[in-house]
Amino acid sequence: MASSTHVTFPNKFLPYLLLAPQLAITIVFFYWPASQAIRQSVLREDPFGLSTQFVGLGNFKRILSDPNYLNSLQVTVVFSIATAVIAMGFALLFAVMADKVVRGKGIYRTLMIWPYAVAPAIAGMLWLFLFNPSMGTFAYMIRSAGYNWDPLLNSNQAMLLVVAAAAWKQISYNFLFFVAGLQSIPKSLIEAAAIDGAGETKRFWTIIFPLLAPTTFFLLVVNTVYAFFDTFGIIHAVTGGGPGKATETLVYKVYNDGFVNLILGDSAAQSVILMVIVIGLTAIQFRYVERKVHYG
Amino acid sequence: MASVELTNVRKVYAGAVEAVKGVDIAIKDGALCVLVGPSGCGKSTLLRMIAGLESITDGTVKIDNKVVNDLGPAERDIAMVFQNYALYPHMKVYDNMAYGLRNRGMPKDQIDKRVREAAATLELTHLLERRPRELSGGQRQRVAMGRAIVRNPKVFLFDEPLSNLDAKLRGQMRVEIKNLQRQLGVTSVYVTHDQLEAMTLADILVVMNAGAVEQIGAPLDIYEKPASTFVASFIGAPPMNLIPITADESGLILKDGTRIGAQGITVSDKDAIIGFRPEDLEVATGTESHIGGLLLDLKVLGVEPVGAESYVYGIIGGERVVVRVAGRSVSQPDDHLRVIIPKEKLHLFGGNGKRI
Amino acid sequence: MIQNNPIGRLIAHIVLIVGIMIVAFPIYYAFIASTQSLQDIMRPPLSLLPGGHFWENYTTALFGGIGRIGGVSVGRLLINSTIMALAIAVGKIIISILSAYAIVFFRFPGRMVFFWLIFITLMLPVEVRILPTYKVMVDLGLIDTYTGLTVPLMASATATLLFRQFFMTIPGELVEAARVDGAGPWRFFKDILLPLSKTNIAALFVILFIYGWTQYLWPLLMTNRNDMTTIVIGLRKMISFADADTEWHLVMVTCILAILPPVLVVVLMQRWFVRGLVETEK
Repeated sequence: MASSTHVTFPNKFLPYLLLAPQLAITIVFFYWPASQAIRQSVLREDPFGLSTQFVGLGNFKRILSDPNYLNSLQVTVVFSIATAVIAMGFALLFAVMADKVVRGKGIYRTLMIWPYAVAPAIAGMLWLFLFNPSMGTFAYMIRSAGYNWDPLLNSNQAMLLVVAAAAWKQISYNFLFFVAGLQSIPKSLIEAAAIDGAGETKRFWTIIFPLLAPTTFFLLVVNTVYAFFDTFGIIHAVTGGGPGKATETLVYKVYNDGFVNLILGDSAAQSVILMVIVIGLTAIQFRYVERKVHYG
Repeated sequence: MASVELTNVRKVYAGAVEAVKGVDIAIKDGALCVLVGPSGCGKSTLLRMIAGLESITDGTVKIDNKVVNDLGPAERDIAMVFQNYALYPHMKVYDNMAYGLRNRGMPKDQIDKRVREAAATLELTHLLERRPRELSGGQRQRVAMGRAIVRNPKVFLFDEPLSNLDAKLRGQMRVEIKNLQRQLGVTSVYVTHDQLEAMTLADILVVMNAGAVEQIGAPLDIYEKPASTFVASFIGAPPMNLIPITADESGLILKDGTRIGAQGITVSDKDAIIGFRPEDLEVATGTESHIGGLLLDLKVLGVEPVGAESYVYGIIGGERVVVRVAGRSVSQPDDHLRVIIPKEKLHLFGGNGKRI
Repeated sequence: MIQNNPIGRLIAHIVLIVGIMIVAFPIYYAFIASTQSLQDIMRPPLSLLPGGHFWENYTTALFGGIGRIGGVSVGRLLINSTIMALAIAVGKIIISILSAYAIVFFRFPGRMVFFWLIFITLMLPVEVRILPTYKVMVDLGLIDTYTGLTVPLMASATATLLFRQFFMTIPGELVEAARVDGAGPWRFFKDILLPLSKTNIAALFVILFIYGWTQYLWPLLMTNRNDMTTIVIGLRKMISFADADTEWHLVMVTCILAILPPVLVVVLMQRWFVRGLVETEK
């Protein structure tokens, strides 16, 4: 039944009372600060914080031509793509394998899902513990093999480490969705393909993978959002954006400019840009949801 | 127990859609009134207005001689059986039946007594500890009835209660509902789109169309004297055959130009519609000595034997008709039959569709 | 069903076991480290079997107080994290179920405006409004309070949307039956809607508990005092790779203790969690 024709209670006052807690929190902690961010983004304070003046889009212009910001944008894109591809690739492989086995499905799932419960920052610290140059066992092994390993000094190695930690944590989430996606593919389709003479590999690429496209696309959006926003803890705990600015993502930079460097106008303008990005991602996600309804 | 009286009841939805247009119905104490009509005719809206689930735009609804327009559903002392039964899925059968009584603050022992009595009447006693999803369709239907009767209300309201059951069960439950209603003697309003259900259940039948009442009366009176072509074609299965004609001084003419042999029948309207039930047609033998009627030519299109009777599909004056004959028919497609509609079986409607 | 060959299935098992090793190894390794002495940890490679300092390390961390975070014991941090995760999960569920109830089961002026006001908060995560939100918190005096840690995170568009979606599948006739049975809005909510929402609530509880427990940026900003912070932030404060004083054996204990509660919740409530997760995101 559509919401507009849903049966209702005739009370006039009660619904406002029911909505009040959520609206109060929303307005005080969401809308008010968000509007302040937008206001701040067009103002500039002098270094001593004595006066502010209206600068229009000045803050945006400066940010978008600031090589540090562009670097941070690039870092975020590389980080997000790498994280999403690795996390989804491994998850899909494991899900396809889990779909094949008959015995032990439940056990595999149980063992596969727990990183979901690990805070991103802790995931980062675990990986850092394994790979830190002074005492990490893996770092020791890599060095013994003759490589020069130091993620605290080498940019690429630092990026590798945060991507690994971020992707590791996200595997379980993607795994669950791929398993659900695989289960929803009708067995008769796969049987028909087998009768048509398609081998196992061919069946995967011509039948299963295309039918998983809605799940894959959905996960791509979710993983991008995750890599953009939820991985702040990993960056903050593992590299602090360094070495240099090699792992400084957009969210980390907003935080850093606002709380550490105290450049309010710039931080606010970056917040507004992030808002636009979130709105874009959400819009994509919900357009996709509509299409999913269409798929049935 | 109580009478139900609707006076000029109207329902206008936002956007000026008039769903119910000035309906007057009076239901005597203890009677079973059936509202029948095609979907969207306003019969469910009307029922829900009696229940207090829809507001009343205009007019009055009286239960037991008291205007209830401004009372909520719980204050009207009615009970309702819904199309999908609307049983509370998380409650046992017992609790489903007891819920309404508990909300009214009835003492526990009295609730228990009432629920067990109702359960016994409906043969539900062994199911009291089950949940709705563990019951069959017929059993759920019975629980829904049970929930209505434990309340011992002034009026029962039924909203297409049998439409989710298969044909066989529907027949059984129809008889049970009728018997139960007689036995309890509670005034009831019953909504259905199934004319057979309406015919067999009703003490008083209300045929509705497009938000208005087409005809009110005893079921057989309506069958025998439908007030309009709408009622004629809605009540009875297969429906009454309707053939438009024109009349002039010299007689009656079919739409395809054929003149009809008419004896003792005159039509004053220029445009009219003749109607006859499928079972009311006689094949002319040339020997009958009728007092009056119409003589027509019927071209056979096909025959459906269904055992005890056969349906002959054919064309009269360019209009498709159905004829019911006892036993087997020997007609073949493309046969031409001379058929007679006896005067006393003929229904005449004016160009506006109203009975003449 | 297509019979896949035994070799194919064997490969599947091997891949899965390797996968689980990848997924589980960092956690297992942390556990091993948490049972070693500091000296052993500092001399890689670490043994792959637990050491003999389990009780010693765990009791020290839980009750001893660790200098690096101002003498606050890990026990206190665990309590803080538990309070935060529970309050957020329970608060979010209550607030969202109430507003979804209002939006689905009532008609009132401004209904759609309120719906959109809630919906749009999806697009305003903490990360995009950090600084002004921090200022609001300072102005309201909520820094270093449980209220500050929890209440602002209780408004959730996702949970509201989930409940709304579920409520819309409840047949209208059920509401009408309840009204005929004399149940007003409150009775209907308590006797019918809540019991029917049980599984949804359980699923959401798991997801929101994890959400609350794994928060990072929020407690980082909202707490200055060590005794008010969460175990995740506490852990971060213990670690310094530049500093040789880091008590790694205790850090690893803390790490395990920080991971354990949410993992237990997920594993023990797996059935609801998996259902809830896959359904929430639809």
